[in-house]
Amino acid sequence: MKAAVVIFPGSNCDHDVLHVLRNVLQVPTTPVWHRERLPSGIDLVVLPGGFSFGDYLRCGAIAHQSEVMADVKQHAERGGLVLGICNGFQILTESRLLPGALTRNVHRRFECRDVWLKREGESAFSRAVPEVLRVPIAHSDGRYQIDAEGLAKLQTEGRIAFRYCDPRGNVVTEANPNGAMVNIAGIYGGPRKNVLGMMPHPERLAESALGGEDGRSIFEAVLRAA
Amino acid sequence: MAAPSPLPLPGDPVVDEALAASHKLSPSEFAMINRALGREPTYTELGVFSVMFSEHCSYKSSRIHLRRLPTTGPKVIQGPGENAGVVDLGDGWTAVFKMESHNHPSFIEPYQGAATGVGGIMRDVFTMGARPIANLNSLRFGSPTHARTPELVRGVVSGIGGYGNCMGVPTVGGEVQFDPAYDGNVLVNAFTVGIARKDRIFYGRAAGIGNPILYVGAKTGRDGVHGATMASAQFDASQEKKANRPTVQVGDPFMEKLLLEACLEIFREDLLEGIQDMGAAGLTSSSTEMCARAGTGLEIDLDLIPRRAQNLHPYEILLSESQERMLLVAKKGSEERVLQICQKWELDAVVIGKVTDTKRWVVKATPGRDPLDPNAQPPRPVVVCDLPVDILVEAAPKYDRPRKVDPDLARRIAVDVGTLGAYPSGSEQIRAELLALAGSPNLGSRQWIWRQYDHMVRGGTMVRPGSDAAVVRVPCEKDDGTLSGDGSETGSYKYIALSVDCDGRQCELDAKNGAAMAVAECARNVVVSGGEPIGLTDCLNFGNPERPEVMQQFSDAIDGIAEACKALGVPVVSGNVSLYNETIDKEGKPRGILPTPTVGIVGLVDHPDHIVTAHLDQALLLHPEEKDDLALLLLGPKDDLALGGSEYVARRSAEVVGAPPRIDLDAEAKLQKLVLGLCRAQLLCAAHDVSGGGLAIALAEMCVTGVVDVGIKVSLVSGEMALENKTDASIVGRLFGEAPTRVIVAVRERDIPTLTERAKEAGVPLVRVGKTTRHDAHVRIEDLGVEVTTALVREARERCLVDIVGR
Repeated sequence: MKAAVVIFPGSNCDHDVLHVLRNVLQVPTTPVWHRERLPSGIDLVVLPGGFSFGDYLRCGAIAHQSEVMADVKQHAERGGLVLGICNGFQILTESRLLPGALTRNVHRRFECRDVWLKREGESAFSRAVPEVLRVPIAHSDGRYQIDAEGLAKLQTEGRIAFRYCDPRGNVVTEANPNGAMVNIAGIYGGPRKNVLGMMPHPERLAESALGGEDGRSIFEAVLRAA
Repeated sequence: MAAPSPLPLPGDPVVDEALAASHKLSPSEFAMINRALGREPTYTELGVFSVMFSEHCSYKSSRIHLRRLPTTGPKVIQGPGENAGVVDLGDGWTAVFKMESHNHPSFIEPYQGAATGVGGIMRDVFTMGARPIANLNSLRFGSPTHARTPELVRGVVSGIGGYGNCMGVPTVGGEVQFDPAYDGNVLVNAFTVGIARKDRIFYGRAAGIGNPILYVGAKTGRDGVHGATMASAQFDASQEKKANRPTVQVGDPFMEKLLLEACLEIFREDLLEGIQDMGAAGLTSSSTEMCARAGTGLEIDLDLIPRRAQNLHPYEILLSESQERMLLVAKKGSEERVLQICQKWELDAVVIGKVTDTKRWVVKATPGRDPLDPNAQPPRPVVVCDLPVDILVEAAPKYDRPRKVDPDLARRIAVDVGTLGAYPSGSEQIRAELLALAGSPNLGSRQWIWRQYDHMVRGGTMVRPGSDAAVVRVPCEKDDGTLSGDGSETGSYKYIALSVDCDGRQCELDAKNGAAMAVAECARNVVVSGGEPIGLTDCLNFGNPERPEVMQQFSDAIDGIAEACKALGVPVVSGNVSLYNETIDKEGKPRGILPTPTVGIVGLVDHPDHIVTAHLDQALLLHPEEKDDLALLLLGPKDDLALGGSEYVARRSAEVVGAPPRIDLDAEAKLQKLVLGLCRAQLLCAAHDVSGGGLAIALAEMCVTGVVDVGIKVSLVSGEMALENKTDASIVGRLFGEAPTRVIVAVRERDIPTLTERAKEAGVPLVRVGKTTRHDAHVRIEDLGVEVTTALVREARERCLVDIVGR
């Protein structure tokens, strides 16, 4: 298992993902600058959270034009694992590796807090993940939206990865932190559901010292899959 | 040596006493400048003097008092006088921190004012070679019912979040208070702490004759010209906020993120002699201060400055406070490598001059030439400023301004709190008061605020906002990003506890006592969280120093901070003074803020197991094996029932009145030593400082600050807590009085003998107040017949700001 974390100007969760992969899970991980090529032999590519290119124009819109993204697309199309977290998710929708779009939170504020997620579709990312997990969010633009046709496709193909829920696992409106369509927190794409985009930050609750370990299960699932 | 005289530029106004006055330079200051130069300054030079002699840059009213602060100690690596203070964390690592105000700009333009305040303080920290690892802030707004308060709260909070979030620096804590005294002057004090390797701290020094001077970062515009001067004057309510808008800077946190990463990359290679950010008074103060510290001079060419506005006059370039700019002095021959790194981060970077041995500040520009004009003539720079560095930096007047105790103060202290309305009496009234205080905007939950801050980025926040102090875990990393040390939790990480505090009302009633209480409370918050306070930064917010009553408050507050710091062994390593927080009201009378000497403390936690929070749910979670509930004890004295300056009084009086509680610093030191020892011995399951709202509110808070509610059953006026003279007044004083030096702890029953023993040895009173009730979610004050569900307490607390700002 080898991982790469892509760093764009303005990425700011690159450090956190590197820490979890390297120090918590002992995965050899390479930081990759956005103007570099993806090294060969990489199993997992992470697009971390942050404000790539200042979120100017539209979140993720400039980052998806970066040199490295051509390699990321190829990796994804070949079935390689790609995890986009928060801004990384936004970059994945901008680059059409994932369908739909992430728009301004319905309350129009940045919000940082723990939310509960219900695991839905199965994939290489989900095999070690509890059915209900607690993971923090931190975003202004996390309201997932897609047309009716696209939504139906996500549902029938089991491509909805996580939905916001209450602590007991009920997917209810009150548990939706940003107004996302049918409480969608993360979705799968790619030929083998090998691309995961999610707004919550699993890397932030991956150690008991920080108050929770649910997030680590997503990385552990990948470890097993690779 | 007579100074060569730079010529006025075409179209410059005539420099005379009237022009000086419009630059807020007094006739005597203007005369002093003429004398020192042996000539009149040019228009551009006058602008330079006006910012350098402003209160903001020269500390002319405060400097003689600041000398009384204790600034040394075994862990102090850099005290006041640099961009930020530095304390030793051990194992080759240091904490670099400072707090700074951005009050005036935030009142004029709340989002940008607050955002650039955060941006500025982060630059002060990373210019020292540190990576910022946490932000905190201290905010003051006017009355919740004042027309502008909602807009100001929303703007300031989103501005702080907007900048810090984008930078990827977690905002982990802070404090906020509302009081009508801040109606015309809000306070935005931003605190940043970073960590740096001890062998890689950078200073703002222009050393090494001939070394190249580089400008790095955002292009220069007209924003913020005269910001420092504005910040050194009072507002006039009739002028409205728009008149001052051009002096507010506009922030670009993305640019600063690039600047941060570029600087950190530059620091890793041995390329620099010195570095300083261009903050207040921009290029002028950064370059002159760097020369002053190194005893050198410089020569810079303004034609080379990257710019984004057309036809900039040298006056504007020198005084611009455009954000996200740094001034670097490279080691000779290293400039190419610096430029290369800046290019990677797509930053403007250019060599603009060199260090000289003349001790003169020489600035050149081509008169009338705009480099942005495609038809501009070739540059032919001439000297536009030529000033001795020592006159700019050291010759600013230092005033010992007259002081006088406010003649009205004694009357306010003498007000009998009982005359403000009948004391609540009986269980129903006390219950209502408890809920009202729990949901007061000054005491309730700050969740609406801190949820707008990314308080977890960098993956180190161990204690999130909402407890007494935030605790952040910091990995000690090598240059390649891998951990240094053995990878263990104490071998490769540092744990830092952080708090900021001040109670302006206590300072209003007694500035010395109140300022000492602020230091004590801040240190207590760190200590109850398991940290040992190792350094303090202050941000001293006061009214107009030309009024003797204000100057008296300032001087007294310095004495209070100094005494408390000495008693608690915490040195002051950095700080900031913000004066003229005053507005001329519609009747033409000056209205100053409450004296607000905010302090921020950095504490070192030795081991993650020593961390304690205020949350009873965590305490119970950590001890699921305990069949019985946890005991609740009060450490510290219980007999100071004074209500003066409390939130209880504030709900009944627009004026700050009543006899304030007193602090005994000797008792405080004993308490803190005891509590820190108990944290380290892992004898505390939860701990919470008693402050705003008093004992009853502190207890109620512990029930609901965590994720899950926990009930308690306590006795506060009988048994070990018996009141000698039980009256409505004394009961209210016991419940809601805000006397310092008290901590509530939740402990295992079996540990009580050990605790009692240790408290006795330490000379700290210990009394049992009650216990948690795991299976009964009520706050019950048994001996007063008061009971309220924790759900109601939580709801009141969490609604308190939403009621002001809207959902």
